[in-house]
Amino acid sequence: MRQTPRVRWGEFAIESLIRVIGFSTVGFVIIIFLFLLREGLPAFAQINLDNLFGTRWYPTFGLFGTLPLVLGSALITITAIVIALPLGVATAVFVREVAPNWAREILKPMIEVLAGIPSVVLGFFGMTLVAPIVRETFGAPTGLVAFTGALILAYMSLPTIISVAEDALDAVPKLYRDAGLAMGATQWQTIWRVVVPAARSGILTAVMLGMGRAIGETMAVMMVTGNAARMPLGLDALFRPVRTMTATIAAEMGEVAHGSVHYHALFAIGIILFVITFLINLAAASTMFRKRRRGGLR
Amino acid sequence: MDKIRTEHLYFYYGRKQALWDINIAIPERRITALIGPSGCGKSTFLRCLNRMNDTIPRTRAEGRVYLDGQDIYSPDTNVVELRRRVGMVFQRPNPFPASVFDNVAFGPRVLGLYSRAELADVVEESLRSAGLWDEVKDNLRQDALSLSLGQQQRLCIARVVAVKPEVILMDEPCSALDPIATLKIEDLMRALSKEYTIVIVTHNMQQAARASDFTAFMLSDAERTGQLIEFGPTADVFTRPRDKRTEDYITGRFG
Ligand SMILES: Nc1ncnc2c1ncn2[C@@H]1O[C@H](COP(=O)(O)OP(=O)(O)OP(=O)(O)O)[C@@H](O)[C@H]1O
Ligand SMILES: [Mg+2]
Repeated sequence: MRQTPRVRWGEFAIESLIRVIGFSTVGFVIIIFLFLLREGLPAFAQINLDNLFGTRWYPTFGLFGTLPLVLGSALITITAIVIALPLGVATAVFVREVAPNWAREILKPMIEVLAGIPSVVLGFFGMTLVAPIVRETFGAPTGLVAFTGALILAYMSLPTIISVAEDALDAVPKLYRDAGLAMGATQWQTIWRVVVPAARSGILTAVMLGMGRAIGETMAVMMVTGNAARMPLGLDALFRPVRTMTATIAAEMGEVAHGSVHYHALFAIGIILFVITFLINLAAASTMFRKRRRGGLR
Repeated sequence: MDKIRTEHLYFYYGRKQALWDINIAIPERRITALIGPSGCGKSTFLRCLNRMNDTIPRTRAEGRVYLDGQDIYSPDTNVVELRRRVGMVFQRPNPFPASVFDNVAFGPRVLGLYSRAELADVVEESLRSAGLWDEVKDNLRQDALSLSLGQQQRLCIARVVAVKPEVILMDEPCSALDPIATLKIEDLMRALSKEYTIVIVTHNMQQAARASDFTAFMLSDAERTGQLIEFGPTADVFTRPRDKRTEDYITGRFG
């Protein structure tokens, strides 16, 4: 077949366009990162490190301790995952292994829609519905506490966990299922003892991606956690207000003077958050990579 | 004694007919080989014997399959129980992605055996009877997928033996293996046949001639897939076949 020059030109144009778009995406990421560094790094010079990694965040008094914020984020993220993991894996197992075909056809798009709910809507839902329930059930003075935030975050990370875990279950070869069944294992035994363990690295990836999703969430968390920048220590920390890194940046960025110490400190929080998220994603990617290299499983 | 007997067994994948009127009596504690050209229904027949075909949607078996005189397709059959009595080794070695120990212990654990000491005993005994113990005893915690293919296949046999079935079905267990690994499996089958009824599908005529006591020859024709043409003691089938088609097949004239 001979190609006309028109076709070749068209192809060249499309190819260049795609290349430009591809590179510019990478470019934007780098620009954002550099910007973050430029605005955030001065904080590490201006604020002494004892203060920056201290336990008290009172910017008006020059106290910029990020620890309560980091721990606040960690507390609700981890709690959210502890709630979402069993639910997510169980749902994935149900959708993939148990549900009849027609139910699967309905459930999958519904789970995807779940991922599309704007977080401000979930925040509103959390404030008006979940918070009163938490307050009454646990007898806390307010419902706007870490636990409420964790519930909302769990809900938000569920779609990610479900769909990634489901893919992982789907990738388990039929050979393994057959082996389990042929040994006289019941369907449930085959699922819990063969299929789920064989998919464990994929499930781990699901958890980490869900975590990445949860830790970066801002709006819903700001609306339901009460935003008190106190150290979330002690047994009742879950039922006290907390403040996360993201909520701090979002709430305070609007009122700081450009170039002030407080301004740089907020960007420093951004750097910390970026590094944490980056590490989580890196861990997720490396388990995925390891799985691929091993030829499909584990 | 017949361990398994089928009467007028027909099988369908949806509308595709795959077995046609199979009547056979498989003797206890003997090795029965199923031979025949590709697509003649050997695997399908084998999978009827432990009802693994049930896992494929829209399939249907007609007729009777008796295990010790009990019809395994009757509605009150417990399929899980059946598969414990009739174990299966697959064409491609398929150990679980777990340690050697956990692979062999899988069946006993499913049956509710959790005591470490007892599990260790069962694992050792099973690995011994699969001729694998000496090769893995120093490192039972190693990943099963790090074994050679031949070792993996013997591990799969050990895994089946660990649930103490009565029958072991093998679907071309050596097709992925080299000749030495193949001979090891054949020796193993011989040893296992003292205790177990073995049914093996093979494409390898020498293997059938060498390693089996009885041979069944299956064939499809233009209208009917999966007919049983001839069944008898291996020596008879190979030296004086009754059917012309059997003779043609074993002398390599078609298939
Ligand atoms: N899952 C399936 N769905 C539909 N048809 C099938 C299925 N499995 C097998 N068949 C058909 O049933 C017939 C018998 O297949 P079977 O796999 O039992 O043959 P076989 O003798 O084991 O062949 P081979 O020696 O190649 O393994 C073939 O015509 C095949 O196409
Ligand atoms: Mg086959």
